[in-house]
Amino acid sequence: MTLKESTRNPEQAIARHQVKAGDYFLGEIKQGQTFRLVDLEGNQAADVLFYNAKDPSERYSAMDTIRHQGNLYLGAGTTLISNANNELLDIVADTCGRHDTLGGACATESNTVRYSLEKRCMHACRDSWMLAIAEHPEFGIHKRDITHNINFFMNVPVTAQGGLTFADGISAPGKYVELTAKMDIVMLISNCPQLNNPCNGYNPTPIDVIVWN
Amino acid sequence: MSKLIYTTTLPGNGHWSLELRRGSLMTITDIEGGANVGMLFYNPRNLLERYNAPDTLKCQHTFKLERGNCLYSDMGRIFASIVEDHSANGAGNWHDTVCGTSNARSVALRWGQRDYQTDRNQWLQNGYDAFLVELAKYGLSRADMASNINWFSKVVADDAGNIHLDTGNACAGNSVSLRFEMDTLVVLHTCPHPLNNAENYPFKPVQIELGEADPVTADDYCKNFRPENQRGFQNNELYYLAAKN
Repeated sequence: MTLKESTRNPEQAIARHQVKAGDYFLGEIKQGQTFRLVDLEGNQAADVLFYNAKDPSERYSAMDTIRHQGNLYLGAGTTLISNANNELLDIVADTCGRHDTLGGACATESNTVRYSLEKRCMHACRDSWMLAIAEHPEFGIHKRDITHNINFFMNVPVTAQGGLTFADGISAPGKYVELTAKMDIVMLISNCPQLNNPCNGYNPTPIDVIVWN
Repeated sequence: MSKLIYTTTLPGNGHWSLELRRGSLMTITDIEGGANVGMLFYNPRNLLERYNAPDTLKCQHTFKLERGNCLYSDMGRIFASIVEDHSANGAGNWHDTVCGTSNARSVALRWGQRDYQTDRNQWLQNGYDAFLVELAKYGLSRADMASNINWFSKVVADDAGNIHLDTGNACAGNSVSLRFEMDTLVVLHTCPHPLNNAENYPFKPVQIELGEADPVTADDYCKNFRPENQRGFQNNELYYLAAKN
């Protein structure tokens, strides 16, 4: 795991948004702009999708990114790759060390399988995404465009025997990750409301989005 | 397989799609060893419901697919169960669903440009284009392409997360059998795994057998493989209770 601190000063940022636990953020980041996601209280998971702002059928691809870098985990130095093999963003700073892109997002439907059939009505990331795209048709994003995401601040190690574990515990209050956009992108964040697993310490908390030119 | 209905052989670099009914059994056999079958699943009644690799992996706490695993949609339901999984060397199979599929650029970099005019049926087809061709037949496009399964391809990771394709048990005669738990549109190709580094483009044929599966019993291996799978089966039952026609 490589840690890399940023020299950017939040006082010089052009925008700052706080995303409460269980809320979404949907907005455009221009080519060349850098943004920071801050895990304000620690052990929060930010479930994020990225799109080419001009064509949402081009978007972040977990599988193409994994294959491109030959590694399952994301961190400083990772370039995020689209499903059309273009470079979307670079991770330019990271004080957490590792981010997951295998685990996907929680959904009310998968909650019934993972935890119990009675958990159907507990709020979940995919519902936040559904609300975001329903409330903002101007972005042209549809359910078919909702695919495999990044879980920033989440640690999901794979074992040599092929097991998948939800270890977490590597993030902490104030840890952050910074990305620079290599094209105009749309970012869709679900700040995870999951209450059933350690991805956010059973206590969902807010994150900050800070943007610089 | 209680009743075998149809058998076919697909050459390497081929693609195919078909809609399978609930209760169907599909057995795929790697005829020569080293085959790869890319596969996607959709619900023909609602094409927005599709195979979801992250849900499949995290519901069963696994990075690989093997006998006992169920293949989940994004709606908490099971498209198919892996009811049989045989490896010729007895080591057990290990199937990948993390590495996606090859594309025109990656195939050209490794083995040269695709050129049907010159190569005819020996052209170097790639998985991405093969999927696009089949998807378009159902009104689907790249926006609908989710992560696929790569049958017979074992991808392992070290502690640091570095991945590689382990071809050690990719033997002739390896087979996998899927029992379909929902009506499912199956889209597949036989193009090489995207991490395949063979010197020459591997044209690897597979045999596909279709039949009727034995009914799911209370002691079914896949259903009882994990408590999560029991709940997945319950979600399927609810779906067919509500949408019976």
